[in-house]
Amino acid sequence: MNAVETTGLVKRYGAATALRELDLAVPQGSVLGLLGPNGAGKTTTVRILTTLLEPDAGTARVAGYDVVREADRVRRVIGLSGQYAAVDENLTGRENLVLFGRLHRMRAKAARARAGELLERIGLAEAADRVVKTYSGGMRRRLDLAASLVIKPRVLFLDEPTTGLDPRGRREIWDLVRDLVADGATLLLTTQYLEEADALADDILILDRGQVIAHGTPDVLKAKVGGERIELTAPDRAELARAAEVLASVADGPVEVRTESGTVTAPVTGGVHAVAKAAGELAAAGVVANDLALRRPTLDEVFLTLTGLVPAADEPPR
Amino acid sequence: MTSLAWGVHDAWVVTLRHLRHIPRVPQLLFFSAIQPVLFLLLFSYVFSGSIHVPGIDYKVFMVPGTFIQTMAFAAAATSVGLADDLQKGFIDRFRSLPMARSAVLVGRIVSDATRNLLVILIMATAAHLIGFRFVTGVLPALAGLGLLMLFSFAFSCIGAAIGLAVRKPEAAQMAATFWMFPMIFASSAFVPLATLPGWMRVWAEYSPVTATVDALRALFFGYGDPTRPVLIGLAWYVALAAICLPLAVRSYRRAAM
Repeated sequence: MNAVETTGLVKRYGAATALRELDLAVPQGSVLGLLGPNGAGKTTTVRILTTLLEPDAGTARVAGYDVVREADRVRRVIGLSGQYAAVDENLTGRENLVLFGRLHRMRAKAARARAGELLERIGLAEAADRVVKTYSGGMRRRLDLAASLVIKPRVLFLDEPTTGLDPRGRREIWDLVRDLVADGATLLLTTQYLEEADALADDILILDRGQVIAHGTPDVLKAKVGGERIELTAPDRAELARAAEVLASVADGPVEVRTESGTVTAPVTGGVHAVAKAAGELAAAGVVANDLALRRPTLDEVFLTLTGLVPAADEPPR
Repeated sequence: MTSLAWGVHDAWVVTLRHLRHIPRVPQLLFFSAIQPVLFLLLFSYVFSGSIHVPGIDYKVFMVPGTFIQTMAFAAAATSVGLADDLQKGFIDRFRSLPMARSAVLVGRIVSDATRNLLVILIMATAAHLIGFRFVTGVLPALAGLGLLMLFSFAFSCIGAAIGLAVRKPEAAQMAATFWMFPMIFASSAFVPLATLPGWMRVWAEYSPVTATVDALRALFFGYGDPTRPVLIGLAWYVALAAICLPLAVRSYRRAAM
C-alpha cells in the first residue's frame, strides 16, 4: 500500500504555476527524496500533503485519507518539520514538546512521558530544561524534528531538514532520520542536496519547475549523470596529452580532454584510492600537473544533464 | 469531548504557552509598563494645569484614559506576535496539528489580555501617587477591571485580524497602531466630551473608547452613572469580536505562504 499518493496535482499562485500535474507514490515504510532547486515545487508539494494548502486540481491521499476532504484525519497521523525551526524560543525544550503533545490532544501525563523519551532520543536530555534561546542551530533543528514525532506519525514530512546547518549538524539529523526509518516510518523528504537524498532516500524524484524530470533509485540517477571522476589540470597541451594517456589506465570509461580549459577528466570508481593510484602513475610517468582532484556529480550537474538547461538563477553555485 | 470542549482545551494550552513567557522574559512586562506609567505621570502633571473638569481633579479624571490607551496600544502586540509566529513557521506547525482552528488566536488574545491586566495593575499602583483610588468598593472595581479585560480582548481581536492580514511583523506594528491616535483622542479619554468640536463629538459620543472610559470613571470613583456606558461598551466588544475573530480565523486558515 502507498502511504502517500498524488495524481495530477496542480497548484497555481496567480499566473505562476508551482505544480504541473504531479504524480507521486511513496510505498509504506519507504523514504522518498524530493530533490530540486528553489522554486521547483518541493515545498508546495509538502504543504499540500500536510493540509496547509489546497491543490487547484488533482487529488492527494496520505495514509489513505484525502488531504482536502479528510484534512483533520490526515493531521492526526502525520508529522511535519519545516524549513524553519518552528519551536518557541522562550520555552524550554521539554515545554515545547509537551505543548505540541497537548495540542495533539494527548493527556498531560502521556505528553510529558513522550517528551522525556524524545529528548533522550535526540540527545537533548541534558539541555531539556534550558530555554531554547540558548540552543545552537543544530539543537533547534533536532528539537523541531522531535516536535514532529510526538505522536509517532505514520507519515513524516521533512522539508529541507538540514538547510543552513553545518556538516556536523547535518550528520546528526541524518542519524536521527535513519533511526526513524529503521523503525518503519514512511518518510517524504525534500532537499537541495543530492548527497542528502543519496544518504537517506530509497527513491528519488527530481522536480524542476513543478514537474518530475527524473525518478529512480539513487544509483540509477547517478548512473544517468555519471559517477565520480578525476579532474586534472595541466600547464600545456603536451602535458595534457601525456596525462590523458596515463589516466586512461586508471579510468573505467572514456577520458575526456578539454584543451581550451587545459583539463582532463576521467571517470573512476574507488574514490580517493583511484586518486592515489592516478597520482602514483602520473609521478612515475613524470607528468607535470597543476591540480588533481576527485569530483562527484553535483545537483547543478544533475540538472544540466537531465534537462540540458542552465540551473535556475536563484540556485546558489556549490 | 465535544468539539467546543476541545476548542477550549486547545485555546487553554496555547494561553499557557504565552503566559509562561511572562516570568521568562520579565523585561517584556517591565517595558510594556514603563511607557504607560510615564504617560500617566506626564499627562497628569502637564495637562492638569490647563484642563479643568467640573467636579473632579483632572489628575484622577484622566487615569482611566491612560488605562484605555495602554490596552488599545497593546493590541499591536497581538498583531506583531501573530505575524511573527506566521513568519517563523509556527503557524504552519499549528495548522498541521489536529487542533481547533480558533485556538491559536483565542489563546494569544486571552494571554495578551491577561498580561495587559498586569500592566494595568502596575499603572494603578503608580496612579496612587497622583491621588487615584478605587473608592466605590471591591465589586465595582472588579467590574471595571473585567470591563477593561473585555475591551482588551475586543481590541486584540482587531489586532489579530490585522496581524494575520498584514503578515509581516514590522508592517503589523504600523498597521495596528496608526488608527489608535484618532481612536483614543476623539473620545472622553483625556478631555470632557463637551470640549470637543461638534462634528467630532458625533463619533466620540458612541465610541467604544468613550463608553469604556466613562464606565471606568463611574465604577472606579463614582464619576457619573455606569449603566449607559457599560451597555454601549458591551455592545461594542461583542460586535468587534464577532466581526474580527471570524476574519482572523479565515486568514489563519489561509495562512499558507
